[in-house]
Amino acid sequence: MKRIGLIVVILCGAVLLYATRDFPAWGDPASPASTHVSPHYIEHALQETEVPNLVTAVLADYRSYDTMFETLVIFGAGVACFLLLRSFGARRREGWYVRHIPTGVVIHFRKRPRIPHSRFFERLDTEWVPHDLIIMTICRILLPFIQLFSLYVVAHGDFSPGGGFQGGVMFGASLVLMAISFDLRTALSRVGERILALLAFLGVVLYGGIGVLCMLLGGEFLDYSELAKILPVHAEEARALGMIGVEVGVGIAVTAVMAVIYVNIASAGRHDEGL
Amino acid sequence: MHWQIDLFILTLVIVCALAAINVRDLLGAAVLFGAYSFLMCLLWAIMGAVDVAFTEASVGAGVSTVFFVAAVFQTTRRSKD
Repeated sequence: MKRIGLIVVILCGAVLLYATRDFPAWGDPASPASTHVSPHYIEHALQETEVPNLVTAVLADYRSYDTMFETLVIFGAGVACFLLLRSFGARRREGWYVRHIPTGVVIHFRKRPRIPHSRFFERLDTEWVPHDLIIMTICRILLPFIQLFSLYVVAHGDFSPGGGFQGGVMFGASLVLMAISFDLRTALSRVGERILALLAFLGVVLYGGIGVLCMLLGGEFLDYSELAKILPVHAEEARALGMIGVEVGVGIAVTAVMAVIYVNIASAGRHDEGL
Repeated sequence: MHWQIDLFILTLVIVCALAAINVRDLLGAAVLFGAYSFLMCLLWAIMGAVDVAFTEASVGAGVSTVFFVAAVFQTTRRSKD
């Protein structure tokens, strides 16, 4: 069976490689993709939107309908992960572990202990106890810089590579780093499950809301130049501001969805302990 | 000089892909897949698609590798296949 699969894969690969011979050359200005609307974007995007980064102008303005549904797909991925994995039943376990921090002694309890809320005791995971002082300290130092850089990526998406999606993924990754270097409960106590769900929803609503606002102001859906009626800028700058608005929405949604997916996978949906 | 770098990275991409399929250790496969994504990110950057390279680096090499590692943590590390 494996050999048949290999033959099929090799045949399909050969056909695909053969088909690439008909492709236009890389960067060919006469290729079909570069002749239809691309010249208009390349020549007029800066005047029309005042955004120097063409990729952002195309993704968030000319093709913002696509990007809105991409955000919705990400949101759907988060919801699907939640619905498939989240379980509210208790894990069958052999015990609870509590460490007395000054002595380093670990105590094993058969039944769920009532841990006093003090700085001398901490609960340990049963399977994964990565409490390494060096890793925790380094991650604690690094986290603010990662988060600040991700905010920069979102805010500076109009001028340089990046944007809501990349910045959101990086912010989500910083939450994941917090969960890995400390433990899952620490991360979840900072940003709870409900807040994450709310943020994911808020991001999508912010994107759609800007589109609807443009409609209410008399334009078409996601036509940001209509925002000039309520903002003290002219129409081109309003398009740049509208793009920043939707990028922020994408960033918030992606951040929350990344954290939701990670938390549900790492703890098998129980949110108590995990990687 | 351009196509030599291209060829070198493409060779490494194929090596990474084959290794990620063949390796028995699933954690190793996840890490190899991250390396594959990072090499693809270099290829996008060479082709001038910096935004795509950025996305590939953050999503492909960063977050999805972590998701794979978390999934491996919940199952077994050995592949039975």
